[in-house]
Amino acid sequence: MNIVNILEEIEKVDGEVYERLNPRRAAMKSFFNMGKKISLAAMPLALGSMFQKAYGQTALPTAVVEVLNFALSLEYLEYHFYNHCIVGKTAGSSVTDVTFNFPNAASQAAITTIRDHEKAHVDLLIGALGSSARAPIAYADTDFRAGGAFASVYSDYNTFLAVAQGFEDTGVRAYKGQAGNLLVSPGVLQTALQIHSVEARHASHIRQMRTAAANGSAVYKPWVSLGASGQANDSGVAAVDAVYAGEDLTVQAGANIVGIGGNAGITKAAAVESFDEPLDKASVVTIANLFLRDGKKL
Amino acid sequence: MTMKNNELETKNELQEKSLFDKTVGRRSFLQYAGAGAAGIALVAAGCKKDRGYEDPTMNGGVTLDFKNDIGVLNYAYALEQLEAAFYIQVANSNTQFTGSNAAAKKAYFQDIQFHEIAHREFFKAALTTSAIGSLQVDFSSIDFTSESSVLGAAMAFEDLGVAAYNGAGPRLKDGNFLLLAGKIVSVEARHAAYVRDLISNGSFADLNSLASLGANNSAGLDAALTPDKVLAIAGKYVKTKISVINL
Repeated sequence: MNIVNILEEIEKVDGEVYERLNPRRAAMKSFFNMGKKISLAAMPLALGSMFQKAYGQTALPTAVVEVLNFALSLEYLEYHFYNHCIVGKTAGSSVTDVTFNFPNAASQAAITTIRDHEKAHVDLLIGALGSSARAPIAYADTDFRAGGAFASVYSDYNTFLAVAQGFEDTGVRAYKGQAGNLLVSPGVLQTALQIHSVEARHASHIRQMRTAAANGSAVYKPWVSLGASGQANDSGVAAVDAVYAGEDLTVQAGANIVGIGGNAGITKAAAVESFDEPLDKASVVTIANLFLRDGKKL
Repeated sequence: MTMKNNELETKNELQEKSLFDKTVGRRSFLQYAGAGAAGIALVAAGCKKDRGYEDPTMNGGVTLDFKNDIGVLNYAYALEQLEAAFYIQVANSNTQFTGSNAAAKKAYFQDIQFHEIAHREFFKAALTTSAIGSLQVDFSSIDFTSESSVLGAAMAFEDLGVAAYNGAGPRLKDGNFLLLAGKIVSVEARHAAYVRDLISNGSFADLNSLASLGANNSAGLDAALTPDKVLAIAGKYVKTKISVINL
C-alpha cells in the first residue's frame, strides 16, 4: 500500500486531512505511540484506527471515561453542597436546615457564583461522557455533616466555609492528580485544566471569606501555606488533615525550592505556597466518601 | 531550522516536523511509523542534546521552539521571568497600598513575588543548559507609584498566566512536566482570584470578563490561550524579541 497516495486521495475530498492528522491531536499521538510497537505489516489496521480517531468516530478511551466520571462525582458533591445552602437561603424554600446568615450580600453572591460554576461543570462532564456518564448523585445521597464531624455545617457560617475550603482545595488536588491520565486526549485535558484553575479561584476566594469571617482572629492565605505549627494542613481544622496531606512538599523534580537561586526570601512556607500538590484518586475517594451516605459511596 | 550534524538528529527532526509540510511531512510520517523501539530510544538520546535555543542572528532575541516539551517549559520560564520581574519592581518601587488592609496587601504581594521567583528559578534549574536567557522587560506602561495601576497589571499578568498554562498543558508530552505545570497554574489562579477581589470583591472567577482570554462562563471554564496569542499580549512588557517556531 502507498500511504502517500492514500493521503493525497483523501486530501481531494477533505482539504483539512493534514490538520486532522496534526500530531498534537489525540489520533496522531496514539498512532505515534503505536508506532513503537507495531510492524509495517500491521500498518493498515493502525491507519484505520488513526483515521477513525481523527474523524471523531470512536468513544472516549476507558481511562478517560474513568477520570471524567470521577470528576463528575466530585462536581456533584460540590454542587449539592453549595446548592443546598443557596436554596435554603431562598425565601419560601422547603429547605429549612440552613440556619446561618450570610454576613452580607457579597458573600451569598460569591457562593451562588461558585454553585453556578459547579453546576456548569456537572453539565459539561455529563455532556462529554454521554451514555458513559455515571448515575446522578442526588442531594439525598449526600451527608455534608459527615456523620456529625461537621454537624454545624449548615447552622454555622464558619463551619460551612471551612468545609467549602476543604472541597475546593481537594478539587484542585484531584484534577491535578488525574491530568496525566488525560494526555491521550488533549481536548479533554484542555477542558479539565480549565475546570482545575476555576476550582483554584474558588479556593482562593473561600479562603478570603474565611479570613473576613474570622474578623482578625485568624488569617487564611488565598494560597495553601504551612500550618501554624509547620504542619501541611493550614486550614486550622484538624479534621481535614487528609485534604492537605503532602501539601508541604518543598522539593520539585529534584530541585529544593527553599532558597532556590540564592533567594533567601523563599522560605519553607513560600516554597510550599509556590506549588500546589496533587492528590491520588484513592485519597480523594476517602475524603469524598465522608460526605456520601452508605450505599452511595464511591 | 539549524543544520543537523548527524543522522540521529535528522531523524528526530523529521519525526517532530509538522505534517503540514507536505513534502517532508509525508516522508517523515512514514519513517516514524516504521521506527522501532530502538529508533525511539536513539531519538530520546538525541533530545537530550542542548540545541541552544538562543538564536545568535536574533541579536539578543530568544526563540521558543514548540517542537518538544523543552520549548513549552521555556515558554513557561519566559512568563515566570516576566511575572517575577513585575513583582520585584513593585517591591523596589515601594508601591503604597491603601485602605485598612494595606499591610495585608503589601505582605501578600511580597508572598506572590517569592512564588514567582520560585517558579522562575525552578524552570531555570530544571531546564539547565536548555534554558533561554534572561528577558529584558518593559514596564513603561505601568505606573508603579499607583496602586490601581499595579493591581491592574497584576491582574493582567495572573489571568494571562492562567490562560497560558491552560493553553500549553495539552502540548506537553511528558506527564511529569504536565504535573509540574499543574502545580504552578493553580497557584497562579489563586493569585489571580486574590488580585481580582482586591480590585472588585466577588470578581475572583468572573469568567465572562475572561472571555477574551478563552474562558467560557456558561461551561464554567477558565481562560486558555495558545502561545502565539499569549505572547502577542505579553509582548508589550518585553523588550527582548521572542520568536516562536514549530507551534
